[in-house]
Amino acid sequence: MTKREKLKRCLSLFLTFLKIGGFTFGGGYAMIPLIQKEVVDNKKWVTDDDILEIIAIAESTPGPIAINSATFIGYKTCGFFGSFFATLGVVLPSFVIIMVIAFLLSGFAEITAVKYAFFGIRAGVLALLLKSFWGMFKKCPKNAVAYSVAAAAFVASILSLNTLIIIISAAVIGLVSSFIALKREAQQK
Amino acid sequence: MIELLLKCLELFVTFFKIGLFTFGGGYAMLPLIQQEVLNKEWATQAELINFIAVSESTPGPFAINMSTYIGTEQAGFLGAFFATLGVVLPSFIIILIVAKCYEKFQSSKIVKGCMSGLKPCVVGLIGAAVVSIATTVLFPSGITLSAFSEVNIYISLAIFALMAVLAFKKVHPILIICMSAAIGIAVGYGLNLKV
Repeated sequence: MTKREKLKRCLSLFLTFLKIGGFTFGGGYAMIPLIQKEVVDNKKWVTDDDILEIIAIAESTPGPIAINSATFIGYKTCGFFGSFFATLGVVLPSFVIIMVIAFLLSGFAEITAVKYAFFGIRAGVLALLLKSFWGMFKKCPKNAVAYSVAAAAFVASILSLNTLIIIISAAVIGLVSSFIALKREAQQK
Repeated sequence: MIELLLKCLELFVTFFKIGLFTFGGGYAMLPLIQQEVLNKEWATQAELINFIAVSESTPGPFAINMSTYIGTEQAGFLGAFFATLGVVLPSFIIILIVAKCYEKFQSSKIVKGCMSGLKPCVVGLIGAAVVSIATTVLFPSGITLSAFSEVNIYISLAIFALMAVLAFKKVHPILIICMSAAIGIAVGYGLNLKV
């Protein structure tokens, strides 16, 4: 790729991910179909297999899926600069919109109608969270270790133990228990 | 000036930590955000819940919306910039590394082992977050015997039950938020509620 082509590719990545960031509500996996349509079907930058790879990676690396996939696709398409511009594009719409809303919200918060609206909304949000929790619960691995870790994390968090400590301990428990399982398998053979 | 810079640094470090330790999409970030933001008194629990609704009704990922919002509230444009940079940077760096050695990463027993603990952990943490948010929504001024005599809790419960049914029937989240707002306004004025 010449320098000119590279620049063009980066600009195109930026604009595509700007569109993706500006039109997905809710974030997370809601973004995957739109990404697929734009970068696989329209631009042909990556293949469907790459998208599956991205989902697999996003699930085992920290951070929001939108950022993970923008960085990954940008890198595959155009190296470091590609990942930079794709990530910038996907972040920018939320950033601008939320800044405007943050300024507006503080001005409107004291109006009675707005207070009533948020009174209702908070109950609605609780329902949305419950549904999201149920979705995650169903996807959770089903075995004794997983159930115990989930239950322990729940109790520890209710008792306001530090969340970082809970997360790190869970990773260590997962690591140790999977190595014990591997060893047992090897011994049985 | 120095105060502003220190605040920006604090925002950056806090959201970097949040970005680095959140596994999985959607509300996986909520427990950590809750802990950090409430402890630092950057927002109250009720404000946090209000903002979840704002985030659901605007485009973009929850993490970016949240960091931009808290950053703006705390230190204007610069605050928003550093908080968002902080939440984005960990994924950005890690994905760049993983993209280079994808095969090794995918077959790594260490990654698989850690994930087998992290996945259920996130479920447990979100469960706890839902419980604490439910407490705030239903008992804004704490759980007391007198709280049960207030009409607000029954209205909240009714809205919650109705919206939960709709949510599980896959009604769009934005529609659910709009309907909850409309009911809140109608009932609020109708019964002259104190909220």
